[in-house]
Amino acid sequence: MAYSDKVIDHYENPRNVGALDKTSGEVGTGLVGAPECGDVMKLQIQVEGDKIVDAKFKTFGCGSAIASSSLATEWVKGKTISEALEISNTQIVEELSLPPVKIHCSVLAEDAIKAAVADYKSKQESGS
Amino acid sequence: MKTPIYLDYQATTPTDERVLAEMLPYFTEVYGNAASRSHPFGWQAEEAVDKARAEIAELIGASAKEMVFTSGSTEAINLALKGAVDMYGDVEPKPGKIGGKHIITSLVEHKAVLDTCKHLEKEGCQVTYLTPDETGRVTVEQVTEAMRDDTLVVALIWGNNEIGTLNPIREIGELCHERNVLFFVDGTQAVGKIPVNVEADNIDLMCISAHKLYGPKGVGALYVRRRKPRVRLVSQIDGGGHERGMRSGTLNVTSIVGLGAACRIAGEELETEMQRTSELRDRLEEKIRAGLDMVHLNGNREFRLPGCLNLSFSYVEGESLLMGINNHLAVSSGSACTSASLEPSHVLRAMGVGDDLAHSSIRFGIGRKTTAEEVDFAATRIIETVTRLRELSPLYEMALEGIDISSVEWAGH
Ligand code: FES
Repeated sequence: MAYSDKVIDHYENPRNVGALDKTSGEVGTGLVGAPECGDVMKLQIQVEGDKIVDAKFKTFGCGSAIASSSLATEWVKGKTISEALEISNTQIVEELSLPPVKIHCSVLAEDAIKAAVADYKSKQESGS
Repeated sequence: MKTPIYLDYQATTPTDERVLAEMLPYFTEVYGNAASRSHPFGWQAEEAVDKARAEIAELIGASAKEMVFTSGSTEAINLALKGAVDMYGDVEPKPGKIGGKHIITSLVEHKAVLDTCKHLEKEGCQVTYLTPDETGRVTVEQVTEAMRDDTLVVALIWGNNEIGTLNPIREIGELCHERNVLFFVDGTQAVGKIPVNVEADNIDLMCISAHKLYGPKGVGALYVRRRKPRVRLVSQIDGGGHERGMRSGTLNVTSIVGLGAACRIAGEELETEMQRTSELRDRLEEKIRAGLDMVHLNGNREFRLPGCLNLSFSYVEGESLLMGINNHLAVSSGSACTSASLEPSHVLRAMGVGDDLAHSSIRFGIGRKTTAEEVDFAATRIIETVTRLRELSPLYEMALEGIDISSVEWAGH
């Protein structure tokens, strides 16, 4: 399979790999899996006020999944939570030129953002 | 050292320069039709074919008359199984006679055998698919148990193309001969790599492929036993009645010469090459294990092909693993994404390997041209890539933290 240069770049130099303290009230963690292929993505956001100030990911998955999640962390950083929720998988597909069989990899990244935000929000509600 | 390094010798091998040199005159100088009886062009071609026939037979302990040339293993498999069913399927099964419509095979066969069996099922045959043990091996006891009065043929792979596991061919062959059941062996990966003797190993039918043993692509042979028992097959390709009526079509003299030369050279170098490739295979595994934990061997440590090593790497995903190495190493993977189908390897599945490990499996094929330097380079690349991907892997992190993977939320679309 031929990958786009952008996918290869993210694969070789993934941005924002790592972990944030998942017990912190400011951190939202999304851990999602794609049933199609068994791939798993973990995306974390750190929020200050309404802004996402940091994001980290780890992905067990194909090159497109790694690139999608790497890109997602780049994109959410600096955005407000509601802006981050507007990121859709089609934007990721476009940016990375993913072929049709790799669309679910971008869906996984979108889901990971949503799950991270949901986790953050639930912490805010139950917490302080 | 040139990269990428070729480590896919179970897929195919380069044609040996010595083989090629022997083939070349048969394109432009000795170009007669081996079936032409009326002039020297034909006689010379026939002579070359006869020599090749003897060379192939010699490698497997057969007689030259027992070799039928085909386009490769797939055709030989089709001819052997369909040809036997057409010949004996309607013979009433009774003790001391070859007959019946029951076939015994295994779940780890090559698709050429499995799909031929499926085809035969549609035509009224019954097929028992044996599940191998977790190393990919079928036992004599399993075959004994599966035998029925109407069992016509047992069809098993000798050296598995994905994992290299060797079946106990000699013992199973003995059983087949006791029961008057035909024994077909898929020798594609074994012939020229390990000692093979159709007499001692009790084989009735066996396919051979030239391009797996440093010969050209598109040519192979089927061994068909002529004595005790005399096996007859109904041809699957009709025409001029070549190859004792079993396979019509003008003989591909050039390629047949190549197959013969390849067999002769493989026989001459068998002992030393077995030794050398086994050592390289073990060196590769040791180096990889020295740099990585959680590496699984797929296959059998004791009974295996010299040049085949199949490993799975926990917590890394197959496609990304290949992406990290395939500019440097030419290897095969049990991962779904590399093949046209979305299923992981049917062989690993039949052995009970979980989908996760099946997807991260890599087959390293070591052969005549492989050097220690290449093996070391391959090990380094694998260690680097797996380490990097594990750092990226949430599953590895979770495993280290002792968190259950079931806490993953599976997306519902
Ligand atoms: S193939 Fe499943 S996430 Fe890419």
